[in-house]
Amino acid sequence: MITRLKSSLPLLGIAALALALLVVAPAVLSDLRLNNLAKYCCWAMVAVGIGLTWGRGGMLVMGQGVFFALGAYAMGMHMQLESVGDGGIPTFMILYDPLAPLPAFWEPFRSGVFTIAMIVVAPVVVASILGFAIFKRRVKGAYFAILTQALAVALATLISGTIKYTGGDTGLSGFTSFFGYTLDDPLNRRLIFTITATLLIGCLVVVWQLYRSRFGELLVATRDAEERVRFLGYDPANVKLVAFVVAAVMASIGGAMFVPIAGIMAPKSMDAAASIFFIAGVALGGRAALFGPVLGALAVGYGQSTLSEQWPGTWIYVLGLLFVVVTIALPGGIASLATRGAGVMAGLLVGRRPSHRKAASA
Amino acid sequence: MTGRHLHPDALLVRDLSVSFDGFKAISGVDVSFAPGELHFLIGPNGAGKTTLVDALTGLVRGTGSATYGGKELLGLRSHKIVRAGVGRTFQTATVFEQLTVLQNLDIAAGLHRPAWRLALARRGVPTAVEEALETIGLSELRHRPAGVLAHGQKQWLEIGMLLVQDARVMFLDETVAGMSADERAETGELLRRIGRDRTIVVIEHDMDFVRNHADVVTVMHAGRVLAEGSVAEIQANEAVQEVYLGRTVKGSVDA
Amino acid sequence: MDSLIAPLLNGTADGALLLIAALGLALTFGQMGVINMAHGEFLLAGALTGYVTQQMVASTNLSILLALPIAFVVAGALGVVLEATVIRWMYDRPLDTLLATVGVAMILRQLVLDTFPSQGVGVVTPDWLDHQLDVFGYEWPLRQLFTILLAGACLGALAAVLKFTSFGRQIRATVQNRALAETLGVSTRMVDRVTFFVGSGLAGVAGVAISLIAATDSTLGTKYIVSAFLVVVAGGLGQLKGTIIAAWVVGVSTAFFTDWTTGSIAQVIVFVLVVIFLQVRPQGLFTVRTRGLA
Repeated sequence: MITRLKSSLPLLGIAALALALLVVAPAVLSDLRLNNLAKYCCWAMVAVGIGLTWGRGGMLVMGQGVFFALGAYAMGMHMQLESVGDGGIPTFMILYDPLAPLPAFWEPFRSGVFTIAMIVVAPVVVASILGFAIFKRRVKGAYFAILTQALAVALATLISGTIKYTGGDTGLSGFTSFFGYTLDDPLNRRLIFTITATLLIGCLVVVWQLYRSRFGELLVATRDAEERVRFLGYDPANVKLVAFVVAAVMASIGGAMFVPIAGIMAPKSMDAAASIFFIAGVALGGRAALFGPVLGALAVGYGQSTLSEQWPGTWIYVLGLLFVVVTIALPGGIASLATRGAGVMAGLLVGRRPSHRKAASA
Repeated sequence: MTGRHLHPDALLVRDLSVSFDGFKAISGVDVSFAPGELHFLIGPNGAGKTTLVDALTGLVRGTGSATYGGKELLGLRSHKIVRAGVGRTFQTATVFEQLTVLQNLDIAAGLHRPAWRLALARRGVPTAVEEALETIGLSELRHRPAGVLAHGQKQWLEIGMLLVQDARVMFLDETVAGMSADERAETGELLRRIGRDRTIVVIEHDMDFVRNHADVVTVMHAGRVLAEGSVAEIQANEAVQEVYLGRTVKGSVDA
Repeated sequence: MDSLIAPLLNGTADGALLLIAALGLALTFGQMGVINMAHGEFLLAGALTGYVTQQMVASTNLSILLALPIAFVVAGALGVVLEATVIRWMYDRPLDTLLATVGVAMILRQLVLDTFPSQGVGVVTPDWLDHQLDVFGYEWPLRQLFTILLAGACLGALAAVLKFTSFGRQIRATVQNRALAETLGVSTRMVDRVTFFVGSGLAGVAGVAISLIAATDSTLGTKYIVSAFLVVVAGGLGQLKGTIIAAWVVGVSTAFFTDWTTGSIAQVIVFVLVVIFLQVRPQGLFTVRTRGLA
């Protein structure tokens, strides 16, 4: 009975979050604030993936911007083409070279179906190749983190340097419609929020199932004692690869939804700094907890837009301090406070103090 | 070498050598490990015992040959060797500290499950896991995180993980080191029980434990097999006495 | 001739800069296992020291020479403060040092942004460095030669300290076996601090050299940190030889690729090449301990 209750608690939590995002938020928030919340939801999707790879898998991904960009640029290219109409060429390209034809790799993104497929397929392919190479060579820990960050830097630099094809630092913008729906209509924007929030809930359900599955146990086992897993007959590289790919897809979807919401996609939203920003919420909320990354990311997103509007500098100090303080004093994030609190509460309810006794005596 | 006849299911090692940057850690080792007897691997520090096991479990590269069940083990990657039925434990017990005893065993038991089943949650306790819990005596502690287990219990859990995998060959590296006298006795019993139809090879420094439980002892020294035989034969062996008495373990062999 | 000589010399100079920056990392990361993402901001501190010294000392000829030791001490002191306040809590958690120092880096960057003009400050090249050398027809800026000599000097000094002084022996002892070193009377806390001081100080020196080449603004550190880390990783830990080769190869190949494509594409190519290289030769990337598996 008690265990039944305990195992359904996470689902109740997800339901509560769904209720808050899908029912309460649209009812009480203005269009502008709802749009902001939609943006935080995109970051939260990335965060959920980071929670899976870093929190449960021990792989600190410092370059999720790469996958965020895959989804975002796929969506951005499609919306850009949709906005200029059939046979049209994006404005920034005309400005750069009035006679240039549309680059070949842009062409298929006229199709909405192709775009949606790419948003999922591209991160799977890229993450599989990268992850296969990295994990089979047993690159891990700090090396892994630095490599992924280097890739984010490289991709951001590449995009900045290829203005003709990607819009460079200015990025893609000036979108007017999203799969046939005009972006001017507030109702359509609310619809986009609903889609985003639903996708976020979907990501949560996926990791919830992964965490309670045998895979989840194996992932934690791989994090804590990779070699032991190997000597149980599993290839830890495959275990890590699955988590890495799932996280990449989540980041890509987050990136894709970010574009209609923010109305612009530029390297600034996916470079090394952005990739670190994605981590901030995960660290704050608690990387290994189910709800830690989501709530952390929403909170950090909110903090960023409210604080940085008024005092941009102050926000950077806050974010920097957050990293320092959380890693020194609270590596488990706020979620670890909650668990500790719950332990104390449960102890009080049952009428004894939480036991720290080792099982040695048993 | 005693004239033991070769068991058909034995793990056969022939002319195995391992070198690290030119240094020969073991050279030309011939040995066979047969099921049904407790095989002990002893020798002074640096004799090459752990290196031998490392080579047989894919942790270091060796030359020569090591066959089990008609399969060449050298050159296989570690997890493939495990899948061939050869498992091992480590000097420092390595269990998944944050997972429960049950989860530890379940992960080990999942070796031969199809991959997609990993996406499902565990329902109930697999029979192999239940049996192993009984065998290693941790039934009562199944829901404890492995990290809080006592030292000896962790070692047993590691053995249990090999049991649920149905490892036919088990290499146990200094399993009783750091155990209390009671725990040692229990471990000896455990090894007897599970060793009836398995090949168990124990690396050990504790000579009392060796004397009490060994069926066959292989003594290694300076990367080679110095002697092999029963406890009595080993104790009578002059070369062994030389190696041990000339060194620090004085009195522990002839006691 | 000209087309090969120019990128070779420029690249060597860039490689020398990378080397000084990477030497400090090789110490703190390679020897101590600490991943200090604020190392880039220590470069920035060095560059700013060069600027401030030039404001204080009228003679630009003298100020650059003064700035080198001062920058070493300034960046070194920053390093010691960082070690004492943040890093000492997490020697057993390398990934966490990475995250915490990311935070420190952000704070330092913002401090610079709030203190100095945001478009950056310029350091005037002193007269005696403002010449060109004629190398097979290529007019090679003398300050690049200066950078290379400076890197050589840093390298020589560091190697000598590690090899010949008792402090160097203490560092190596601490790295190999911390507990044993302690029982032998080595104050490992002290060793940690001094190592961090020297490693960070080297970043300061590199910063002064960078200030001669490029405008100094708050993004200077971010430009160098990832390359410097890749150099250390690709070179392999625990030996300076690898770091030197890696720095030179990265510097020169970036220069050549820049010649053939553009600066940003060159950077991308080199990053990707390093990543591929690490797939082929991940030496030092993993160590398998056989006796126990942690």
